[in-house]
Amino acid sequence: MTRSFFARHPSVLVFIACLAFFTLLVTILSEGLGIGVISTSFVKTLGKTLCLCLVAIAMDLVWGYAGILSLGHMAFFGLGGYMIGMWLMYERTRDIVVTSLADVEIPPTPQEISDAIGNQIFGVVGSSDFPAVWAFAPSLPAQLALVVLVPGLLALVFGWLAFRSRVTGVYLSILTQAMTLALALYLFQNDSGLRGNNGLSGLQNLPGADTIPQSLISLWFLWGSALALGLGYLLLAWVVSGKFGSVIRGIRDDEARVRFLGYSVEGYKLFVFVLTAVIAGIAGALYYPQAGIINPAELAPIASVYLAVWVAIGGRGRLYGAVIGAAFVSLVSTWFTSGQVPPVDLGFYTINWVDWWQVVLGLSFVLVTIYAPKGIAGLFDLAAGRFPPRRHGAALGPDDGALREKEAEE
Amino acid sequence: MSTLLEVSGVSVTFDGFRAINNLSFQIGKAELRAIIGPNGAGKTTFMDIVTGKTRPDTGRVIWGDKSVSLLKMSEAQIARAGVGRKFQRPTVFEDQSVFDNLLLALKKDRGPFPVLFYRSSARDRERVEELAGEIGLADQLPRKSGELSHGQKQWLEIGMLLAQDPQLLLVDEPAAGMTLEEREHTTDLLVQAAKTRAVVVVEHDMEFVRRLNCKVTVLHEGAVLAEGGLDHVTANKDVIDVYLGR
Amino acid sequence: MRYLRAALAGLILLAVPLVAQQAPESGTPVQDLLQTHADQIAKSSRRTIQPVIDALVASGLPQIETVLATWQAREIWQRESDGLFFAATETDNSLFELTDFDTGEPIGAFPRDGLAQVKPNSGVQGLIATALVQFQLNSPDPAQRRQALDSLARAPDATLLAPLRASIEPETDPDIRARKQRLATLLTIAHDSNEAARIAAIAEVSGDLSVDVRATLNPLLSTHRTFAAADAPLAGDQNVARTLVPGRDIPVTEAYALLVAAGDAPALVSEGAIREALAVNIAEGRVGGVPIAALSDPEARNRAYDALAAAGAVPPRVDTAERDASLAAHRFYDVYDEPSAALTDAAQQALGSIETRVGINQALDLGLDALSLASIYFLAAIGLAITFGVMGVINMAHGEFIMMGAYTGYVVQQVIPDYTVSILVALPLAFAVTFAAGVAMERLVIRHLYHRPLETLLATFGISIALQQIAKNIFGTQARPLTSPGWLDGAWVLNDVVSISYIRIAIFVLALIFLTLFLFIMRHTRLGLETRAVTQNPRMAASMGINPDRVNMLSFGLGSGIAGVAGVAIGLYAKVTSELGQDYIVQSFMTVVVGGVGNIWGTLLGATMIGSLQKGIEWLNPSNTLAAQTYMIVFIIIFIQFRPRGIIALRGRAAGD
Repeated sequence: MTRSFFARHPSVLVFIACLAFFTLLVTILSEGLGIGVISTSFVKTLGKTLCLCLVAIAMDLVWGYAGILSLGHMAFFGLGGYMIGMWLMYERTRDIVVTSLADVEIPPTPQEISDAIGNQIFGVVGSSDFPAVWAFAPSLPAQLALVVLVPGLLALVFGWLAFRSRVTGVYLSILTQAMTLALALYLFQNDSGLRGNNGLSGLQNLPGADTIPQSLISLWFLWGSALALGLGYLLLAWVVSGKFGSVIRGIRDDEARVRFLGYSVEGYKLFVFVLTAVIAGIAGALYYPQAGIINPAELAPIASVYLAVWVAIGGRGRLYGAVIGAAFVSLVSTWFTSGQVPPVDLGFYTINWVDWWQVVLGLSFVLVTIYAPKGIAGLFDLAAGRFPPRRHGAALGPDDGALREKEAEE
Repeated sequence: MSTLLEVSGVSVTFDGFRAINNLSFQIGKAELRAIIGPNGAGKTTFMDIVTGKTRPDTGRVIWGDKSVSLLKMSEAQIARAGVGRKFQRPTVFEDQSVFDNLLLALKKDRGPFPVLFYRSSARDRERVEELAGEIGLADQLPRKSGELSHGQKQWLEIGMLLAQDPQLLLVDEPAAGMTLEEREHTTDLLVQAAKTRAVVVVEHDMEFVRRLNCKVTVLHEGAVLAEGGLDHVTANKDVIDVYLGR
Repeated sequence: MRYLRAALAGLILLAVPLVAQQAPESGTPVQDLLQTHADQIAKSSRRTIQPVIDALVASGLPQIETVLATWQAREIWQRESDGLFFAATETDNSLFELTDFDTGEPIGAFPRDGLAQVKPNSGVQGLIATALVQFQLNSPDPAQRRQALDSLARAPDATLLAPLRASIEPETDPDIRARKQRLATLLTIAHDSNEAARIAAIAEVSGDLSVDVRATLNPLLSTHRTFAAADAPLAGDQNVARTLVPGRDIPVTEAYALLVAAGDAPALVSEGAIREALAVNIAEGRVGGVPIAALSDPEARNRAYDALAAAGAVPPRVDTAERDASLAAHRFYDVYDEPSAALTDAAQQALGSIETRVGINQALDLGLDALSLASIYFLAAIGLAITFGVMGVINMAHGEFIMMGAYTGYVVQQVIPDYTVSILVALPLAFAVTFAAGVAMERLVIRHLYHRPLETLLATFGISIALQQIAKNIFGTQARPLTSPGWLDGAWVLNDVVSISYIRIAIFVLALIFLTLFLFIMRHTRLGLETRAVTQNPRMAASMGINPDRVNMLSFGLGSGIAGVAGVAIGLYAKVTSELGQDYIVQSFMTVVVGGVGNIWGTLLGATMIGSLQKGIEWLNPSNTLAAQTYMIVFIIIFIQFRPRGIIALRGRAAGD
């Protein structure tokens, strides 16, 4: 069956091949293992971009295929980040504390170590006790399980409530936005137990890996992210390929009809919502160790809106569209907001791209919505076979180039 | 002939307007029935109640041999219990192929997980092709259903209903907007279907109803006005008043 | 101490005629008196000056008021040649005109060289001011008397009770008289030596909501913690407020700390102290016979410490059993500082009845707060109710229209300095600006996206992002002030508990105006009729000659325009930033959704509900407004479960499609 799956969906194989090629290319060009053309920080940026692509395909499943415009998936992404961040921060702090206490004349008791870690972590919010939510922080397997369970359970409870009361369309979008806002506001509180607006930091340091340079760690994460993206893509491509995909696209187009065919629409929506929330959580857990810091602002509703923007610009209803959108928009955004783009002097006013990029992004998003609802992927449909892949700007890096080439082969 | 569906004493009110008023209705296991009535008689609301879209204020809706109440079931559960519904406007999944549309409707386990792991077997594909043959779309299977003509969409929807293998088929104005030939084909489909199951057709068009040649129920202001053969009801004075008198 | 001072004051007052009689007939009694305390006056300090002031007042000389006033104003100068004190004023030619205190006559001008200014510091000045109060209380100038009462209210002083009471009778101004009586009552409660008078005074203020009453009563009920042996009776004169059970009313450690502080029990040895003691007593890799490596176990540490204690090197550990035994051997109390039980009971009772009334009034105040918040949400949401409810269009840039209105107000204030005029100009201008922006947006964007609600939502989000950034680029990230006119400053104060600021009242009125306006437009104008027609059946409306495009455009403009006006109103009490709109957008949507789409009354109810809910939660957990918002949103998500179509729901076949 697997062979026929790839035979029926060659784009999946092409995508996987491009992803593998891209990963290999970055590895060869990296500082850590290769010839050093790409800086470690850019490797991290590319690794993060892969995570964003992963959450984008999840978003595409829930929005592009099932028609649920969720403005909450970046919240699940952030929750995944928080879950892994708790372990990273705890272990890292424990290493430091144990090292510093090793010189003390009297060896420390477990309680003293725990207190010292608590002091280190929660000093910024004026506390030193471990809140209950940190109960599993010392255990990596437990926190890894939470990466999946916490977003999954939240999505399950919220989705169950929302779908069973038949909240649909824009109502559902607003409700998910409210959920995201509530979560962000909750995390902003100091007594939420997750360090309030300070968030969790120092996540780029892997515990027990002090001797390994960041240039190598960044590659590990790049590989991990690429693997996760590849597996996620395979999974979602498989999910949407069969009758299940047929059902959820039916739900998107005519929910009532699917219901009268005897499918429990709520169950399907819930399944998709929870599955994508879990994928978002995993993506977040891979993203934030590369970003190094997570705070509640990352969970703000606007982040989820941007996610929708990426998917819309890339092209809804096809997984590679979401990947293109996320990679293209996030990399271009990084480029514009990093101040590397030369300002445009109009004589009476100088356009500084750091200030004006948001405006351009917002307006181009409006234009895409009105004039190109199929997004970039739609443009490539037109161009496929006739034109060589177009590159939007030369400095985008191999990531986008690789994806473009795949597009041309579609 | 045993009863398949029994609706008794059902009333429903929308913002003070009584859409259905103490309505009672029965249909047997293999019966073709036409429901006619002027606009606002409650025809669509009646179907909404049977399929679970609208909850009545009072009354009972009893279904099948085991005499279960449909009122506590969701739309999807009612559909799985064997009630198929065709809407007034053709509603097929236009973005998907005719084949996919029929496969979607095929009577199978409807749960998310079985569906996720479902792969079509040769028998399923045969069944789909057979259905497509019945509705006259055998050579249209790979096409996107959005590209079909209006009549073809109507047939596809009827085909989807048949694929569901329901015991009761509720069909809302199947002949609207069809050419004469298309109507004949539709009539054949419905009459054929009614041999093995109950079929309720809601229709405005007397000519089409006459062609169906079945028992007729006349609805007016949410209640049954008359019931019987078409000639019988058209001779009924109340019916004439309602249809012509005003 | 208080009693001592009161008694002293009484004595001095009694002594007044005596001293006056004994004053020597030298002809210069004031100067003599000043000379008696010359050193303290010349170099005064807060700690030593009180007896001097008391003596001056006690002399009963009529000139003393002038002396004190001059002294307070730093206008007493000492002539260095003979050490005499004079009131001095500087004349034009840098000479000082000296005035004799006894006669009140000028004695001529002197150069600055021979004079030294008496400079009381602010502490001393304060004491002088207090002493002056009793003169001012009877001053012929009502302003002076009011001022005296103000300073007395600010710093109540036991010694002034008698002069205050004495000044009530001759008082002619009824207002001032009432204030004097009230102040006398409060002073009686706090400082009178007669218990019955105090209790009577307490009864008099029972149920009074003023803050000063509570400030007077509360100190009477101040307590301190104490204990006694379980079998010994409590010292007889102690006025016990309540008995404390360790572990229930008082933390065990705190109770034990009381015993330790009194020396009735050995101090607990903390874990930190144990570690330090162990560290000090390390010998050959072992402490108290326990190897150091084993000391990561708390049990091992205790063993090592106990060994050290047995050797007498450290004080012994107090274990839990011993601690509990010590606690059980004692009773713990809160004891009133005020010894008279009758007095504390009366104060307790009076405070109790005050608390009840305060509670009722707080609920009223909360209600007013909720109402004003609700009117803000209503204002912010009403425009949305039009675009979202009536037209089915999601405008995520609605918040940015609010922001645009607020910035319009700010810009107008930069041009027109008069705040009243500028607000009157800003309101219609903000409406015009956002109306134009709304129409432009409808024409350029939304028109293309009708029947694609999710995409409208996203496109307007794009606009929202762009508008926010543009505002940031133009006005910067710092908050811009939008100042309200002077007549909107201040608050309508009902009593010390209930008050509401005029701005909030104005916003409430504005909300009412817009509600009326909306109802009027919808029910009595052509636009309203056409809008309702287009809402219900656009095709039918179009076939009847209504141009749906025009209707959509106008109602979108109207909704946006109201957002602009709401922006000016919100800007008046919140800082204007580019993120202003974001703070209101989710609440506004919630308001519309909770209320029920397509119904202005629903929006009103939704705003009221969300406003009251938020205030209610804030009241339950006042320290944390973030939590209040979190819980409110969670509540709304749950509310949607039960009323998916809002409070006022459209029902029927059409509603489902």
